[in-house]
Amino acid sequence: MAEDKESAEAIVSEVHKKIRAAFDVFDHEFNKTVDVREIGTIIRSLGCFPNEGELHDVIAEIEEEEPTGYIRFEKFLPTMTKVLMERKFRPIPEDLMLQAFEVLDKQKKGHLELEELTKYMTQEGEPFTQEEMEEMLSAAMDPDKNLIFYKDFVSMMTVDDPR
Amino acid sequence: ERVVSSSPTGITYCKSMRAALLIQRWYRQYVARLEMRRRCTWNIFQSIEYAGEQDQIKLYNFFGYLMDHFTPASSERNLISHIFRENNICRNVDWERYFCYKSIEVPKLYSGPHLSFPITCSNAAELVEAFKNKQQLHSRYVLQLLGETWRLLRILPNISQISTCHSKEITICGDLHGHLEDLLLVFYKNGLPSSEKPYVFNGDFVDRGKDSLEILLILFSFLLVYPNDVHLNRGNHEDHIVNLRYGFTKEVLGKYRLHGKKILKLLQKIFSWLPLATVIDNKVLVLHGGISDTTDLHLISRVDRHKYVSALRPPKRKRQNRSGMTDSDLEDDDPTAKPVDSSRRRVHSLTHSSSTGTRHEVQRRSLQGLNNRVTCSVEEELKERRRQAGLSQSYGDLRNSLANSDSDPDSGELLESYGDEWKQIVDMLWSDPMPQDGCVPNEVRGGGCYWGPDVTEEVLRRHNLTLLIRSHECKQEGYEFCHNRRVLTIFSASNYYEVGSNRGAYIRMGPDLVPHFIQYQANRATRALTLRQSVGRTERSALRALREKLFAHKSDLISSFQEYDPENTGLISLGHWACAMEAVLRLGLPWRVLRTQLVGDTLDGMLDYHLWFRELSITDLLETMYKHHSNLETIFRIIDTDNSGLISFEEFRQTWKLLSSHLQTEISDEAISDLAVSIDFNKDGSIDINEFMEAFRLIEKILGHIDYSYRPLSIGDHNNIMT
Repeated sequence: MAEDKESAEAIVSEVHKKIRAAFDVFDHEFNKTVDVREIGTIIRSLGCFPNEGELHDVIAEIEEEEPTGYIRFEKFLPTMTKVLMERKFRPIPEDLMLQAFEVLDKQKKGHLELEELTKYMTQEGEPFTQEEMEEMLSAAMDPDKNLIFYKDFVSMMTVDDPR
Repeated sequence: ERVVSSSPTGITYCKSMRAALLIQRWYRQYVARLEMRRRCTWNIFQSIEYAGEQDQIKLYNFFGYLMDHFTPASSERNLISHIFRENNICRNVDWERYFCYKSIEVPKLYSGPHLSFPITCSNAAELVEAFKNKQQLHSRYVLQLLGETWRLLRILPNISQISTCHSKEITICGDLHGHLEDLLLVFYKNGLPSSEKPYVFNGDFVDRGKDSLEILLILFSFLLVYPNDVHLNRGNHEDHIVNLRYGFTKEVLGKYRLHGKKILKLLQKIFSWLPLATVIDNKVLVLHGGISDTTDLHLISRVDRHKYVSALRPPKRKRQNRSGMTDSDLEDDDPTAKPVDSSRRRVHSLTHSSSTGTRHEVQRRSLQGLNNRVTCSVEEELKERRRQAGLSQSYGDLRNSLANSDSDPDSGELLESYGDEWKQIVDMLWSDPMPQDGCVPNEVRGGGCYWGPDVTEEVLRRHNLTLLIRSHECKQEGYEFCHNRRVLTIFSASNYYEVGSNRGAYIRMGPDLVPHFIQYQANRATRALTLRQSVGRTERSALRALREKLFAHKSDLISSFQEYDPENTGLISLGHWACAMEAVLRLGLPWRVLRTQLVGDTLDGMLDYHLWFRELSITDLLETMYKHHSNLETIFRIIDTDNSGLISFEEFRQTWKLLSSHLQTEISDEAISDLAVSIDFNKDGSIDINEFMEAFRLIEKILGHIDYSYRPLSIGDHNNIMT
């Protein structure tokens, strides 16, 4: 039992260090606070896949009573620890991603047109901003044909990501 | 995961919405990870850059210390006395003769631009065109242009006063660092300087980039044509000692083999004569680095700025010679003049300081004042200061220790005023803002201070100013406000660390004194890179630089790992790995976050560190040399007093001994001699500095991590320049 407790503590300690390390990257003033707009980046860089709504919920939980625009590490740590220990916001497996694209590809062409993808991404779900859309297109789209070969895109993104 | 609804279109709608949500969620995660990597990459570059600057200053302090303490019997004396050439009595008239261009003939074959003097605005525009087309200006014209510039700068005040009357908008540019393409881009977007289009260039025109000289020639030519509308502020890189390390010296000597030395010497004078600051409408202060709590513009406007040839060396005292006259009307920094009575001067300076004075000498020489010994404690403090709020040493302490150190009554006043002036100038050229209140020594760079928002308020209030515009620090967007928008950093060299690392920017400001920003990124390819490619490329570059540091510190790192591995299993945990990395390298980097990029597979979170280092096998001697190669290059260039690019075996040996005593390592004479012989590739009995540096490039190739394929693209077709 004692061993279990020790290893549980060790695990939590490691998790705390990971969270601290990611937080520090954005702590520009070295005063244990980060701009609230960077919280999404920090949480995602720790391996979580929240959607925007879930992100806002987390932020609401860790913000000050009177929002200052900054998040303090003391509030961030317990919430983020819970997120990681409970494995919230699990990663999306590659095959599920592929299925998602296939759903949008109604005619089963194996690719998406520029307008199709843009319409979905900027009008449905939690819409992309124009900047986000442009960025995705620059990465995903074959510029000569204006087509998105999503199978290649998904594999490329998955390979690219060291975990 | 499926929501079923009764109508067929209902199902489709819900499914596609869910699919879209999924894709958006997935993609945003990816972008966030990229952003994290980009941020870390930035930290790496910055840490290494500032650690390099700090190194430079430590090295120079070390030489200074040696100079003050060698004994007459020391064999190193001649070597060092070359470095700190104190012998300089030469008047401007003599200098003019030395720099005379008239004897230099321009051959008929020369196809570059021709300049006539007084220079006209079409001359200046032609020069811009010529450099755009990669032509080189003939050395005759270079010397002539520089000569005219020198003459003009001598009559300009320390602080330029300009006004936005007649609804003129002023353009302010930050660091250019030899990036000609950025200057051309600014001119393309904003227009050439003219009386309708005044410009302020805020220092650091040279070093790092490969076209520093061309930038200077362009700026100087416009200065000559429009002396009331073009304003240049001195930066910390307008300093011949800094140039030894950061590439400008090398660039000039490479481009002008015959007259490079003369050109460099003339530039040394020009740099010392560059104005220190510009004030717009008595409200906006523009200077390169920053301020400190003691900044006093009235004092600064009265100094003899040209006495401060380099911020890394305090000015010589105004010594009274035998007949009681001071040598204030003489130029006093001629390294190429023959030593006049050097041994007597040496004794003079030794006896001038009292026995307790040696410590004082060192303190005055040191930029930091307090921590003048080249020891590890500076590195300790470096890490602390970067990571903590609430810095313990106040600048007040620094000033007090400077004041208290002068126990010598005769020289007390004179020295303190020199110390004061010098400190003011160093602060202006080297300081950085910090978020916390207060003012502390800038130990990251090794010079100037870190100043807080309270100091900004006080200094601006004291001088009745509203805004401070400075440069000196690279910013991702090309500009950045701080201190409640009272301080504005402007940086004009895009892609400074690497292609895609940052944008450059310039300011347009009208009579309302509200700054407007124009950003850009030179290099067409940058825009075409996706975020992923841009981050990837910059990251590879940063990691390469970081791995170089790892190679260089291999033995220290292994010792540090072994401390965490008392039973010698060869394995350590990743947590311990991160601690050890920081303890040895002291770069203040997020090692845990960087871990995946630096370390491959681990067994259950344990790293086999010997295995990790196996690919880094390199002999001890080479490792030490490699670690210090930029210091070595700097030393070589200092010792190569006639800038010939050659040093003898004996000089090489002495250099090495100096460095090894500085590093407290033992390297046998035999090993050094062998190395010297093997480096002399063309077997002519002397070592070309380039041969030596080539040896390092070979080492780099063996280690196999260098990407030689990347070369910055030229702008070429202007119509395609991206904003």
